Amino acid sequence: MLNTLFSGDFPRSRWLTGLLLVIAVALLLAPFLFPGSRPLDTAAKICVFIVLVASYDLLLGYTGVVSFAHTVFFGMGAYGAAIALAKVGPGWGALLTGGALGVVSAMVLALLIALFSLRVRAIFFAMVTLAVASAFAILVSQLFHITGGEDGLSYSLPRELTPAFRLVQDKVFDVRIDGRLLTYYLVLTVSVVLFLGLLRLVNSPFGRVLQAIRENEFRAEALGYKTVLYRTLASCIAAGVAALAGVMMAVWARYTGPETTLSMDIMVNILLMVVIGGMGTLYGAVVGATLFVLAQNYLQTLMAGLSSALSGVPVLPNLFAPDRWLLWLGVLFILSVYFFPTGLVGRLRGTGAGR
Amino acid sequence: MSGSLQTVLARLRGGDGARRSGLLLIAALMLLALAGVGSVPTWITLTLAGLAMGMMVFIMASGLTLVFGLMDVLNFGHGAFISLGAFVGVSVMAALGPWMESASLAVNLAAVLAGAIIGMVVTGLFGYVFERLVVMPVYGNHLKQILITMGGLIVVEQLIYVVWGPDAIPIPRPETLKGALTFGDVVLEKYRLLAVAVGLTIFAVMTGVLTRTKIGLLVRAGVENSEMVESLGYPITRLFIAVFIAGSALAGLGGVMWGLYEEVITAHMGMSVMVMVFIVVIIGGLGSVEGCFLGALLVGLMNNYVAYLAPKMALGSSILLMVAILMWRPEGLLPVAKGR
Repeated sequence: MLNTLFSGDFPRSRWLTGLLLVIAVALLLAPFLFPGSRPLDTAAKICVFIVLVASYDLLLGYTGVVSFAHTVFFGMGAYGAAIALAKVGPGWGALLTGGALGVVSAMVLALLIALFSLRVRAIFFAMVTLAVASAFAILVSQLFHITGGEDGLSYSLPRELTPAFRLVQDKVFDVRIDGRLLTYYLVLTVSVVLFLGLLRLVNSPFGRVLQAIRENEFRAEALGYKTVLYRTLASCIAAGVAALAGVMMAVWARYTGPETTLSMDIMVNILLMVVIGGMGTLYGAVVGATLFVLAQNYLQTLMAGLSSALSGVPVLPNLFAPDRWLLWLGVLFILSVYFFPTGLVGRLRGTGAGR
Repeated sequence: MSGSLQTVLARLRGGDGARRSGLLLIAALMLLALAGVGSVPTWITLTLAGLAMGMMVFIMASGLTLVFGLMDVLNFGHGAFISLGAFVGVSVMAALGPWMESASLAVNLAAVLAGAIIGMVVTGLFGYVFERLVVMPVYGNHLKQILITMGGLIVVEQLIYVVWGPDAIPIPRPETLKGALTFGDVVLEKYRLLAVAVGLTIFAVMTGVLTRTKIGLLVRAGVENSEMVESLGYPITRLFIAVFIAGSALAGLGGVMWGLYEEVITAHMGMSVMVMVFIVVIIGGLGSVEGCFLGALLVGLMNNYVAYLAPKMALGSSILLMVAILMWRPEGLLPVAKGR
């Protein structure tokens, strides 16, 4: 049973298993363990980012393709759902149709980019996707009558997902079972399903071919695999999953704007999460996304304390100012590319020196 | 033997053909825009704007393309040098405040020159450190290069925030470079004229060095086949570091000029200009300085014409241009013939 669920790809390390269990239990019981809206918000973001980062890892870690357009697909899913909810009104039909449209258009765009980049050298791919990403961000801010421009869109959700909805009248373990909680569990369930689906995919023969392409494209081609086809398929699947993560983000945040879905910062964050967690293993996505989102939400508080403690010294308070948290994660990022190319998961598995 | 001679000749001829078709493309674009814009004076103004933008992008892109050609290093952190150059240059110019406000062109130019030179020196030195610390350990691994130089970009951007604060800094142009010269209906912005002059000078100097000096010969040979250059006893790594430093310094110069052009600088500017730089480098063919020049002119002109005719399409149009050119020539306009 477990073997089917995890597709035979277990964490393979006592520490890693422990860490993953802690994360899983914490996410599963988040509303009960950590009451309040901020922890719940953090937990939901962790779920969404686990899926987003895992889909990116399919490209970067498994296939060895660097793409900077992943936020575009994430944004397409989010905007698909957001525009439908904002223009048609809060209903399940609008949410599902909009979300589906977003996912399909993300996959079509991924197909177009892949087909186009077939003609050019593989190394152009990173630069082409970077250009596409910034063009898309500009397009979204210019089509403001549809997308809300820089301000983004706020909308309401179907009634069952609003805080006013009560599933049970009484409190359970002191927690109100309202629409917000349902939304959280909806996001969590979809995330788990998508994550296990991706795990299945990377451990299938298809996933093995992707890894072969990463290790030695020429050889994979010589063995008779159409590498181009595999790479195209991988980027379409990754785009589709990223768009689904976008839909979840739109549902959870009840707001969609360029800052939360399309900005270069989000792309950088995804990169950091993949690399710090560990490339080429989906468990890396779980560890990376969890640590990063926690750091994003709580490291700043810590740094504010450090900064004020250092207030007498020149320059240093600036280095530790809460807004500079990305500086330290950037340093960590560079160090992990050098010293732990397999990330935290690789370290925990004791294969840090590998590859 | 004669077979290989023929391939070399064919390659040379191919290069000439590509050069000619690149120039023809620019001419065609300019004529098309003339038809679209409809008024000659406006067209001249737009063309100057396009040339100025193209020259500045060329200055920033040339170093990137050479670094790639020589050592197969793809430096996503190039944008950091652009931002850093702009901040250092602007700080110097701000310190020389009275010079900037003086009514004499010579004094104004001296201030800008001082800013540019100090900016270039600092980014050049910084480029050296960046190369040794960040790039050197990942030679020969594109995936890691992209990741790590991207990380470097993030860190430098954050360090700029630490030193200069998080706000955008406005930087007025020097007194005599404000405004425009008018000849009848033709309006020529002074600063754009300066940018074109600087760009052309840099291009001329760079072509001169590359085609007429021994170092240039080695660089060109290294781009084509670095192992062969090394086996002939020339220290390719040292050559590469020199090119990297020069490229970083040029990026810094480009940053100073771009800052004065936009009249405001932010730590993020390098990253946003990089998008255009990448498009230019891809259009030109990675590794080719001449291709980079042609690509920069094409992108600069295209951007300004389209920004006038259909303002919302500006960046989209350069991407379409890139797609069209790559459909026609998948390796870019003037690809570098690799001998390995």
